[in-house]
Amino acid sequence: MLVSILHRVTGGGLAVVGLAVLLWWLAALAGGPADYDAFMDHAMSWYGIIVLVGLTWAFFNHMCSGLRHFVLDMGAGFELDANRRYSIASIACAVVLTLAFWAGVYAL
Amino acid sequence: MGNGTSIGKVRGLGSSKHGAHHWLLQRFTAASNFLCGLFLLASIMFLPDASFATMAAYFASPVPAIILALFVISTFWHARLGLGVAIEDYVHEAGNHFAAILVLNLLTFGGAAFGLFSIIRLALGAVTSGGAV
Repeated sequence: MLVSILHRVTGGGLAVVGLAVLLWWLAALAGGPADYDAFMDHAMSWYGIIVLVGLTWAFFNHMCSGLRHFVLDMGAGFELDANRRYSIASIACAVVLTLAFWAGVYAL
Repeated sequence: MGNGTSIGKVRGLGSSKHGAHHWLLQRFTAASNFLCGLFLLASIMFLPDASFATMAAYFASPVPAIILALFVISTFWHARLGLGVAIEDYVHEAGNHFAAILVLNLLTFGGAAFGLFSIIRLALGAVTSGGAV
């Protein structure tokens, strides 16, 4: 239930906010250094970081629950125990991947 | 229900009036979002810094630019299908439903076109050397 709601909410958020930020970033890259720096000033501000971390979490959460859908589409994972395990795993994996991504961005 | 064939009884029913094709496309685009998205996130993670010179040079090169373009097509397509389902679920009045689907199509096609234009401009364009136009 929660996983299903999160899938829809993160999907909607990615579609509206995520794609808007993607287009802004692409336009800034195409526009040259001044446009790009203006984008990065917002992206690296405190509110920009919140939005970007939120978007990466939404991406990984939607990705993990989407992979869960692929498993369910094959007719697997409908036993109560397995279903519960996959649901918890999809939420946990998304948090771990988000942390790993941002750790990687700053470390590498 | 009439006494036609099994498929004839269900065809044209449901909230969107056509189902299996939509369902498959949602999964095909999900798979390409997955592959292209992971490639792009890994690229951003492994690039040495987030400066304009680094980012523009990398994403203007052929393979990253093509994957970026495929990602734009795939995500906007996926979003159009996904938000379409949300509209079918929550907007019931026929006129409002039509209007919402119309706006969704305009925004997603427009957004994808703008994204592709930006990538082409970046990849083929004049500004990667630093001289903004």
